[in-house]
Amino acid sequence: MVSFWSGDIGQTVIVVAETILIILVLLLCVAYLTFAERKVLAAVQIRRGPNVVGPWGLLQPIADGIKLVFKETIIPTTANRVVFMIAPMITFILALVAWAVIPFSKGHALANINVGVLYLFAISSLGVYGVIMAGWASNSKYPFLGALRSAAQMVSYEVSIGFVIITVLIGAGSLNLTDIVESQRGESGYFWNWYAFGLLSPMAVIFFISALAETNRVPFDLPEGESELVAGFFAEYSSMSFGLFFLGEYANIILMSTTTSIFFLGGWLSPFPFAPFIWIPGPIWFLLKVFFVVFLFLLVRATFPRFRYDQLMRLGWKVFLPFSLLWVVVTAGATLALGRWVL
Amino acid sequence: MSVIDRGARSLLLHELVSGLWLTFRYMFRPKVTINYPYEKGPLSPRFRGEHALRRYPSGEERCIACKLCEAICPAQAITIEAEPREDGSRRTTRYDIDMTKCIYCGLCQEACPVDAIVEGPNFEFAAETREELFYNKEKLLANGDRWEAELAANLAADAPYR
Repeated sequence: MVSFWSGDIGQTVIVVAETILIILVLLLCVAYLTFAERKVLAAVQIRRGPNVVGPWGLLQPIADGIKLVFKETIIPTTANRVVFMIAPMITFILALVAWAVIPFSKGHALANINVGVLYLFAISSLGVYGVIMAGWASNSKYPFLGALRSAAQMVSYEVSIGFVIITVLIGAGSLNLTDIVESQRGESGYFWNWYAFGLLSPMAVIFFISALAETNRVPFDLPEGESELVAGFFAEYSSMSFGLFFLGEYANIILMSTTTSIFFLGGWLSPFPFAPFIWIPGPIWFLLKVFFVVFLFLLVRATFPRFRYDQLMRLGWKVFLPFSLLWVVVTAGATLALGRWVL
Repeated sequence: MSVIDRGARSLLLHELVSGLWLTFRYMFRPKVTINYPYEKGPLSPRFRGEHALRRYPSGEERCIACKLCEAICPAQAITIEAEPREDGSRRTTRYDIDMTKCIYCGLCQEACPVDAIVEGPNFEFAAETREELFYNKEKLLANGDRWEAELAANLAADAPYR
């Protein structure tokens, strides 16, 4: 049996099994993220939220999913049918594909490649295509405007995300996600070695805010601003083609939270290097950090009103871009002059 | 506020963070909503809900077909036909209320000299078809039998103010 699992076929079987496991867990997380979102919004607004389907409403996302699957798929007569159907698939697949390089613990990544950061960045940039194709293929005004807004916004904020990642790379000295996390262990292993607490702390904030813009979340949800654009680029979508956009969007939220916790919150590292904390296994810490960032996403949605579009562009190009550029220089200079401990 | 103070506040996202903190604290407040289908809010004895025709304790229906309610109804939702019964008493043969016309103003129960037509505390009588909302005498009397305890209690509670 040993020879089978180490052979080509055995390795393929293992990788496929791992992929399916990741996708299943991810889809479950996405389903319950929608539930968590409704509950958090309700709690902030002093309401109860969904509590009828199942105990504490826990079966609500499943009921929603079933409803969505059994709805009729409507394709507008003027739409470009092929592109119209491909767009949600692209969005969804790209949201899943990015998970290949995410390390859940030391050595627990589907693909532990040396250009992990580059891969993540490339995949998240490709996400714009699904949006543009959806907006264009719908052949109607609101989706088109939504897609234009979304594309412009995602492209703008990717620039500052790029510079933020560069500062992290300067600190870690590697593009490998596992190495980036391990480099945050530092000498002592305390949490202040994480990049969110040192010289890079402003970058952590910028990364988080840019992640909000990148995933079209409140307060940067202009592409789907329901008061002006109905639903933005997926206004014409229904049933499971809408469901794929929905799943992709929420998978992206989890992905962005995951990258935030890998880059800035020390991934699976425990915050203190002594007894009760190091007993908790790495993946649990990782999960807790991801949940924390996801919760921040939801709390931000519950708190802030929407930006105006020119404010959004001003923030991206005139505040974040120069600031992150400056910080790349500061980080590089400080690292060169004083060594990596400053980060 | 000095320039440094303001600069520090905006760089540290003071307002954004305090806003987040505020909403975070709100999450743990007691909920203001009630768990509606399982839990209901209080109703006044004067609440004007679904109509009912009441009976005397003997079982005799109260309505004497005076048609005051039909006359006063501003939405003209009530239709009454009457003729003497075999024992000579004046009774309705037809008493219809079109619940889709009714505006729930309560003038019919104000007009009624014998407290026969009343609006009860029931507000959950949504129907799937329009026809189900055309109430006839039978339906109204059935409502009266079903809600008599509440109706009598509400009338008694409101009596001192009339």
